[in-house]
Amino acid sequence: MSQVTLTINGQKVTVPAGSTVLDAARLLGLEIPTLCYDPMLSKPGACRMCIVEIPGMRNLPASCVTPVAEGMVVETHSEAVVEARKTIIELLLANHPNDCLTCERSGDCKLQQYAYEYGVREVGIQGEFHQYEIDESNPYILRDMNKCILCGKCVRVCAEIKGENVIDFAYRGFNTKIAPALDTKLAESACVYCNNCVSVCPVGALVDRRLAGKGRTWEVEQEPIICTFCEAGCNFNLLKKDGKVVGVAAAKAAPGRPMCLKGRLGLELIHNPNAAPAYLKKDGEFVEVPWAEALGLEGILAKLLEKGQKAE
Amino acid sequence: MSKVDKILICGGTGCISSGSGKLVNGLRAALAGAGLEIPVVLTGCHGFCEQGPLVIMEPQGVFYRRVQVEDAEEIIAKHIKGGEVVERLLYTEPTTGEAALTYKDVQFYAKQQRMVLKNCGHIDPENIQEYIAAGGYEGLAKVLKTMNGDQVVEEVKKSGLRGRGGGGFPTGIKWQSTRQAEGTKKYVVCNADEGDPGAFMDRSVLEGDPHAVIEGMLICGYAIGADEGYVYVRAEYPLAIKRLSIAIAQAEEAGYLGENIRGSGFNFRLKIKAGAGAFVCGEETALLNSIEGERGMPRPRPPFPAFKGLWQKPTTLNNVETFANVPVIFRNGADWYASLGTEKSKGTKVFALTGKVNNTGLAEVPMGITMRQIIFDIGGGIKDGKKFKAVQIGGPSGGCLPEELLDLSIDYDSLTAAGAMMGSGGLVVMDETTCMVDLARFFLNFTQKESCGKCIPCREGTKRMLEILQRITDGKGQQSDIETLERLAKVIKSTSLCGLGQTAPNPVLATLRYFRHEYVAHIEEGKCPAGVCTALLSYFIEPETCKGCGLCAKNCPVGAITGVVKEPYTIDTAKCIKCGVCITKCKFGSVQRR
Amino acid sequence: MSSCCQCGNVVPDPRQQQLAEVFKKYAGQKGALIPVLQGAQDIYSYLPAEVLKQIADALNLPFSKVYGVVTFYAQFHLKPRGRNIVRVCLGTACHVRGGAKIFETIRNELQIGDGETTADLRYTLESVACIGACGLAPVIMVNADTHGRLTPDKLKAILAQYE
Repeated sequence: MSQVTLTINGQKVTVPAGSTVLDAARLLGLEIPTLCYDPMLSKPGACRMCIVEIPGMRNLPASCVTPVAEGMVVETHSEAVVEARKTIIELLLANHPNDCLTCERSGDCKLQQYAYEYGVREVGIQGEFHQYEIDESNPYILRDMNKCILCGKCVRVCAEIKGENVIDFAYRGFNTKIAPALDTKLAESACVYCNNCVSVCPVGALVDRRLAGKGRTWEVEQEPIICTFCEAGCNFNLLKKDGKVVGVAAAKAAPGRPMCLKGRLGLELIHNPNAAPAYLKKDGEFVEVPWAEALGLEGILAKLLEKGQKAE
Repeated sequence: MSKVDKILICGGTGCISSGSGKLVNGLRAALAGAGLEIPVVLTGCHGFCEQGPLVIMEPQGVFYRRVQVEDAEEIIAKHIKGGEVVERLLYTEPTTGEAALTYKDVQFYAKQQRMVLKNCGHIDPENIQEYIAAGGYEGLAKVLKTMNGDQVVEEVKKSGLRGRGGGGFPTGIKWQSTRQAEGTKKYVVCNADEGDPGAFMDRSVLEGDPHAVIEGMLICGYAIGADEGYVYVRAEYPLAIKRLSIAIAQAEEAGYLGENIRGSGFNFRLKIKAGAGAFVCGEETALLNSIEGERGMPRPRPPFPAFKGLWQKPTTLNNVETFANVPVIFRNGADWYASLGTEKSKGTKVFALTGKVNNTGLAEVPMGITMRQIIFDIGGGIKDGKKFKAVQIGGPSGGCLPEELLDLSIDYDSLTAAGAMMGSGGLVVMDETTCMVDLARFFLNFTQKESCGKCIPCREGTKRMLEILQRITDGKGQQSDIETLERLAKVIKSTSLCGLGQTAPNPVLATLRYFRHEYVAHIEEGKCPAGVCTALLSYFIEPETCKGCGLCAKNCPVGAITGVVKEPYTIDTAKCIKCGVCITKCKFGSVQRR
Repeated sequence: MSSCCQCGNVVPDPRQQQLAEVFKKYAGQKGALIPVLQGAQDIYSYLPAEVLKQIADALNLPFSKVYGVVTFYAQFHLKPRGRNIVRVCLGTACHVRGGAKIFETIRNELQIGDGETTADLRYTLESVACIGACGLAPVIMVNADTHGRLTPDKLKAILAQYE
């Protein structure tokens, strides 16, 4: 494959043709903020946080979707770029609950991080903001669409990794919202609670309800663990506080890895001595079920015994 | 007077709504009743919609306007049988007060150079033979017989044609990219999602001369190596869709569409896709998504549609007016075409002239003409003798030009430099009674409602700009508002994903550039200089002229007006809700609003 | 399917038959979703939830996506609509010539807001950006009829024409 050399912030870098400016910048170890970008997913170029300045281009292009070109000159933190990023953060904050004190994602939130990095303290622009009802319809995922920044990662992970397509963009413009079909609560949708969407959400819009209140991100140690219930080998994290497991979180989404609810609950049963009860949807309602049922192991003992008796 | 051999009646959307459908039937029946065999042809749009229904008596071209079915008998008796003109139906020039006898005498038409609109209003758009008789499909025949794809592209490049839908990208270069793009399956797409409020030239061309668009697309398909095309028409144009469908069927029948066209071995099929109500689908990548059955959200570019367009195949997109220019180029030659217009903007442009101007309608003029010529010579000047203030060009993506720029030679580049934009060519004329802040608010409200919601700057930023403008027009503006507007405008322009967002702040920036004092007056003095923003106006009665009739007080819905009969009345501004009823009721013009 | 009276016989819903024809017409075509939705709305005059589900199944598309497309485009409606659709143009030309007053007058006359339908399902009121009849500004459209060069006092008579 042919190679392309370009200059980013005065540094020369050579990358394969077809790479994006973001790829090249990251190769140099340069930090460009992103909200909607995920290497695993398709690239909508929507959040405009990763804009850069490239002389000769009319506007500030998004580096995640701009292909490199020979001899290209890029500035990732020029005055215009920083100014624009600040304004974009400010625009997001103007339509976002000022809720960091109690937000589950505090400390692990990209919006919070960038507001800090770019020094956006005061929101000078105020006006109408969304007031959606928080969706607590199910025991696994809490959806607070007031905090959603519409990066669309949840939509893409659900469609492109999971192939479930439970949610999509709905409505338009300022009223755009991520919603299941007919804009119902999640419990009424076909969601399988794999939590892939939770694992990619950059803000506090999607929260694992079983982890809520279990500890701040900086108090909790994450230990990667691979689920061995089936051959898929999905990635999870054991969350430990003071050395004790307090929960299991879906980790990195990857193709071919279903990250199923059963796997997550199973790991929790094994590792978390204080695991909350398991719930399953029956006749449209979530009800507490015995662990054996939740894990699909109902009657397995009887079957094993039966087998043993036959062997005797 | 010569014998009438044909009667043309305008069947554009405007004239039909003014009653031309009834008129056609009534006139045909009356002619039959009188034993006369004169064909009555329902044509496409003449572009002088305000004066509709329009009737032209051929061959002389006597021009009647606002003709109703009740006038049919008189036209037959007086004009056709008696050989006399029905004077009351003639058009009176607003500037001179003189009646215009024929179509060519009407200043609105006389000053135009109709090339793209040549057939509109003069042929039956539902009859392919009339198009062919007017030189139609000659350009295509020439292309198929004597040229290869490269030569066609070269010819278009030589003509200097630039896209008529917005940014003015050179059409030939667009075609060349698609021609050279890898892949065997390619598409031609015609953007007929004309959504700029105030623009209706594409509708007129589709309604009045649909074959011109088909011919242009065929030539494009031949040039780029495409065998399939789509016309994406906004759903609000049912008549355009109907006429285009008829034209496609007739072109298929006549062998201009389908397999082995005119024995050349070239195949081309054309389909119509009706839009579903989203302005953003006028943006080319959003349009492609919409054809594919997706939400009309734009895609990042690159890749450009020329390389990855419809269903990821190389695609050329042009708008209706651009395609309608193509047959003209191939019929008359690129050199001839390039001799029209300015150095960098060739040919003509159709403008939709609306607003506070005497003659509203479609005006096709050579590039390089001045705004003054369009508004005052063709448009007949400002309505009701008021004073010109500004003209908005390019719809919600464009900007306004003030009086100082009336003599600016209009082309793509001069308009962009002046902070406006050719856009699709909507021209809205405004007089002294238009508030420029209110105008900016109006356009922002439009783009904000039509923002697709995909990228943050457009989705959130236009909302905040609109809120600020609303606040200013409500009389609650703050000192920092202008600065915030400018900051937001700059970021939205430079970072938005698509053309909608990148141009959405233009109306605000242009009004700030030329009419900043109006913003300042709203914010600092609490005044709307044009007297439009209700919250900033107060009503009062001039004691000198008030006769004390009490009519205003009787009609005031909130009892804010009091007084003694035969003595001047007064308005309690604290109670007044500024509904304006008193102004409409006062017979002496004593109620003032300031 | 709906059952008639009490005889227990199930008669096919003619609208379902028409919908099946729409599905047949677009079967296997690329980009069929929007024309199918338009066809379905022509039949039902709006898009009931069950019909959306049927469309998703027939075209083998995610239900969430169908909902996303429906809510993106202004033309599609999820609620029943009036027999007469009154569209008031608030485009540029109409704006400059008093479109807002026209809109206000109709709102008061019908006692409904933008996008709403009267209780008797006689009228649905909508504001639209531009209907391309700027030469006749201000204009409204009632169903397929355009009424131009309006003044507020003409509206009552115009509305009364539509039952």
